[in-house]
Amino acid sequence: MATVTQSTQEVTPSPGSERAAPPPRRRIGDRVFSGVATGSGITILVILVAVAGFLLMQAFPALTTSPDVLEEQGYGEFWSWILPFAWGTVWASFWALLLGVPVAIGIALFISHYAPRRLASGLGYVIDLLAAVPSVVFGLWGSIVLATAVQPLWMWLNEYFGWIPFFAGQVSGTGRTLLTASIVLAVMILPIITSLCREIFLQTPVLHEEAALALGATRWEMVKMSVLPFARAGIISSVMLGLGRALGETMAVAMVLSGAPVITVEVLTSQNPNTIAAVIAQNFAEAYGLKTNQLIAGGLVLFAITLLVNMGARLIVSRYKEFSGAN
Amino acid sequence: MSTLTSTTNKVNPLTAGQLPGFALWVTLAGSVVIGGIIDSLVFYGFDIWTTAFLGAVIFLPVIYAVARGVEGRRAAADRLATALVSGAFLLALLPLVSLLWETLSNGVARFDATFFTWSMRNVIGDGGGAIHALYGTLIVTGIATLISVPIGLMTAIYLVEYGRGPLARGITFFVDVMTGIPSIVAGLFAYALMAIVFGPGTVNGFSGSIALTVLMIPIVVRATEELLRIVPNELREASYALGVPKWRTILSVVLPTALSGIVSGIILSIARIIGETAPLMIAAGFTNSINTNPFANPMMTLPVFVYDQYAHPGIERVFYNERAWTGALTLIALVMVLNLLGRFIAKRFAPQTGR
Repeated sequence: MATVTQSTQEVTPSPGSERAAPPPRRRIGDRVFSGVATGSGITILVILVAVAGFLLMQAFPALTTSPDVLEEQGYGEFWSWILPFAWGTVWASFWALLLGVPVAIGIALFISHYAPRRLASGLGYVIDLLAAVPSVVFGLWGSIVLATAVQPLWMWLNEYFGWIPFFAGQVSGTGRTLLTASIVLAVMILPIITSLCREIFLQTPVLHEEAALALGATRWEMVKMSVLPFARAGIISSVMLGLGRALGETMAVAMVLSGAPVITVEVLTSQNPNTIAAVIAQNFAEAYGLKTNQLIAGGLVLFAITLLVNMGARLIVSRYKEFSGAN
Repeated sequence: MSTLTSTTNKVNPLTAGQLPGFALWVTLAGSVVIGGIIDSLVFYGFDIWTTAFLGAVIFLPVIYAVARGVEGRRAAADRLATALVSGAFLLALLPLVSLLWETLSNGVARFDATFFTWSMRNVIGDGGGAIHALYGTLIVTGIATLISVPIGLMTAIYLVEYGRGPLARGITFFVDVMTGIPSIVAGLFAYALMAIVFGPGTVNGFSGSIALTVLMIPIVVRATEELLRIVPNELREASYALGVPKWRTILSVVLPTALSGIVSGIILSIARIIGETAPLMIAAGFTNSINTNPFANPMMTLPVFVYDQYAHPGIERVFYNERAWTGALTLIALVMVLNLLGRFIAKRFAPQTGR
């Protein structure tokens, strides 16, 4: 770089170079405009800090008040109150990922490598429709339609696979169980994971694919050897983004589950561990005083969990960006 | 001539060792039929879902076994993978179709004039409507759009036109992180903000707008940033070459070029947040009456209306469920119309990229 500037200085000055020489004057419009633009960018950072700050301020009373007072005016000691719900959040999200991720990756592969070219974009749009459905509609559908539809299936699972601890216990008669809520969550995270994976699968270098096919690989072997290894980081991060969504999803769980503060691995009974988000949604309207603070503190815990998951996902994406091209 | 006819009688060497094209479909049809027979004999009577499920369960090992016998292990694995991947897509269509169908069939009963002209004030049982919720949704979403679009758009301009170095990288990163904020946390934030500024228990439409703003800004930034980036650099350079200052270049060259995309991006982000429920429950609250003042008293919104009708029914539950379904139908219709509009604008008014 230095040599370049030197060489330009050595060039004999042309007639116009004296006018170009003075340092570029920044016009007032430019300064205002770039100031506003930069300010907007900084506003976003401020908002993010404010979200954490205001939540912290409102959660503070619940975190510092002695357990006895919380017992009287709130929901009881904070950490023992939040623990079952934190467990429920993680457990429901786990099942949602277990059910949703294989299907989502399958769909992404189907659209990117299996479906006829002309149909592919249309099929992608169909899956995007799932993302457009508001969560409250998912909740309504899950609690009224899906719960009754899967109830016999849960009975059957319990009867024949009851020896697996997850499916043990007394089956709920309404079908509104943790596993039902997880199905709804799985459906809701499908479009996120699918659309990200699809993008990444499509970016696999065509030469890799053609090389595999030229060596006589079947389509599945081609996918296994060239597409999936290439997309591994992208798949992981898209799954983590789906996890972030599942952890924070409120309405579907709040409407499907009538949760209880229990820690259990059973997913088919009527005693379901509730999720943090659902507990807040179900109780906030009636809460007052310290109870409100306690619910906000619960929200803060949720915020911290999802923030960690999302930041992890984004870090993976940015680290592997040059390889996968995912964003 | 004689050699040609003799070879056609023999096995075709190009397709030898492969299953004929119809084998796949015959196996599939056979599996479903067997599934149906098992379903109606063993289980509690014929049912299309159980049949489809059993058919799939039978089909997968059968096609694998058949292909393995005729075509070999690798081809069999390929067939199995194809079946599974296609099956995944069909599986995902199930909830979508079921959801749309149920919403349509259950919601159409109350999709009438009363629903769009009445509020729920003093309504017990039949009748009543969601006009108060429609007003609320329009006001709350409108204010949220008015706040988030300028901030989001200017941030996108910063990132594309000005952003260099750690600040821009940080903003990009945190915009991504911000898209992952759980919606209910946004609602709690708006509530906490209002509680600290105006005293505890301040619940109104504007508070709901703030919650939605937190969710909407990152969506707007992501949508518009992408579009500003695809504006060809030649246009900017041509403008600079004419001596136009940078801010004028952005305002009168870059933005107009990307305008259709930006408008469609904004419409799509409205579609994304118009269905948000949890933050509005917390920040905007519940009411049965029309309230058009966003700065005082709770304001009902359509998603919260759906939840309220479902979760807090009166004595005759059927009427409340009907209203919930109709509210859901209205909401889906609204989102779909916005989506189609956004995509239409993006397609119809897209600038020529010169490629």
